[in-house]
Amino acid sequence: MNPAGGGVEVVVIATGVANLASVLAALRRAGADARVSRDAERVHRAERLVLPGVGAFGDAMRSLNDGGLAEALRRRIVLDRPTLAICVGHQVLFELSDESPGVAGVGVIAGRIGRLPGAVRVPQIGWNRVATSGSCRLLRPGFAFFSNSYCATSPPDGCDYATADHGGPFVAGIERGALTGLQCHPELSGAWGHDVLCRWLAQTRRPC
Amino acid sequence: MLTRRIIPCLDCRDGRVVKGVKFQSLRDSGDPVDLARAYEEQGADEIVLLDISATPDERSHHLDTVRSVRAALSIPLTCGGGVRGVADVAALLEAGADMVAVNTAAVARPELIGEIASRFGSQCTVLSLDAAADGRGGWRVVVRSGAERSERDALAWAVEAQSRGAGEVLLTSWDRDGTRSGYDLDLIGAVAAAVHVPLIASGGAAGAGHLADALRAGADAVLAASIFHDGDTTVGAVKAALTRDGFAIRP
Repeated sequence: MNPAGGGVEVVVIATGVANLASVLAALRRAGADARVSRDAERVHRAERLVLPGVGAFGDAMRSLNDGGLAEALRRRIVLDRPTLAICVGHQVLFELSDESPGVAGVGVIAGRIGRLPGAVRVPQIGWNRVATSGSCRLLRPGFAFFSNSYCATSPPDGCDYATADHGGPFVAGIERGALTGLQCHPELSGAWGHDVLCRWLAQTRRPC
Repeated sequence: MLTRRIIPCLDCRDGRVVKGVKFQSLRDSGDPVDLARAYEEQGADEIVLLDISATPDERSHHLDTVRSVRAALSIPLTCGGGVRGVADVAALLEAGADMVAVNTAAVARPELIGEIASRFGSQCTVLSLDAAADGRGGWRVVVRSGAERSERDALAWAVEAQSRGAGEVLLTSWDRDGTRSGYDLDLIGAVAAAVHVPLIASGGAAGAGHLADALRAGADAVLAASIFHDGDTTVGAVKAALTRDGFAIRP
């Protein structure tokens, strides 16, 4: 519990290039006591962690490798501590990306990130319809805001997932235990995003 | 399927929303936080907030406006106006912008687009392109809030900006801005065909019919200001009309 009684404590990793203010504002609207950190120990131990992200895969990984944040993130995900990764944060959960060849991701999800399929406007900027597989707990069908050129094109094994379509189907989000990865931006997705964040905050921590 | 965006634009000066005709004759249109909140409730897909401050003192207040709007808003916020360098972009993002539009400074020094895109990503880098018809079937880039016409060809500039890393084009017709005579559809069609990044059309809307024309001409999103500020229509009414016309619109 938060000693101030303000809300559910959430640590948000400052990657240096994310739209941090929007993420913090959305978490606070959802009732969180959101704090920014780049401390690896805090990232590892935090009851709930958010990895926001805009920009390129390679830049995000450089920021995370600096100070051991990537390793702290990997360890907490292995321990199944509640972790929410957004946009490029979601992409770096995978092993590799065509956006930054040769750069290893955090690698907790098997597979690689590719360019959006099809001859469509890229980057994809706007609201897209999200469809969910039946067993998703956090994600619901609706419209979410996307801003991306790269994506996971096929659902990873062992994850519940949501999809959307821009020139072809792509992965809009994944859920696996206490790990949630969202290609869309819940912090910018109006009532749909607010509801996702509220459900995520309401998840109780699992014993580990 | 990706939906078409309806984007109210707030031109801000000294903490107030103003609107002019052809970038001049500004009049007060309200409080930016109140308007942004009202437009989100009406179904706006994004808000564009442009700083048209005349003095450095006014400009320093603008970041407070961005902070206040961000705290109230749960949809994307694109900010622009007076962006001179990477430090200005960082300050706007820190205050709560999600995307940043650059205009005059990039025309003067095109490398700025690459500097912003390589630091913050293309999806954050919006080229704000103000274009005026040259009377010979083409368009020239207009800078300094319409005070100056450059020698740059508008289409060539859009293509160059895209190759330098701009992830979106916010295209305003100087000839139509605030006139309510409809968007410049030839300009929209030409830019939409020249670039592969998303295109926001701006300048000249009087109602849902004009927005539909712009979408048919190739715009991915449409921006309007006075029709919403003056209460002629609402974002919700416009979206209902466009949905009836068969466009993919977020309900």
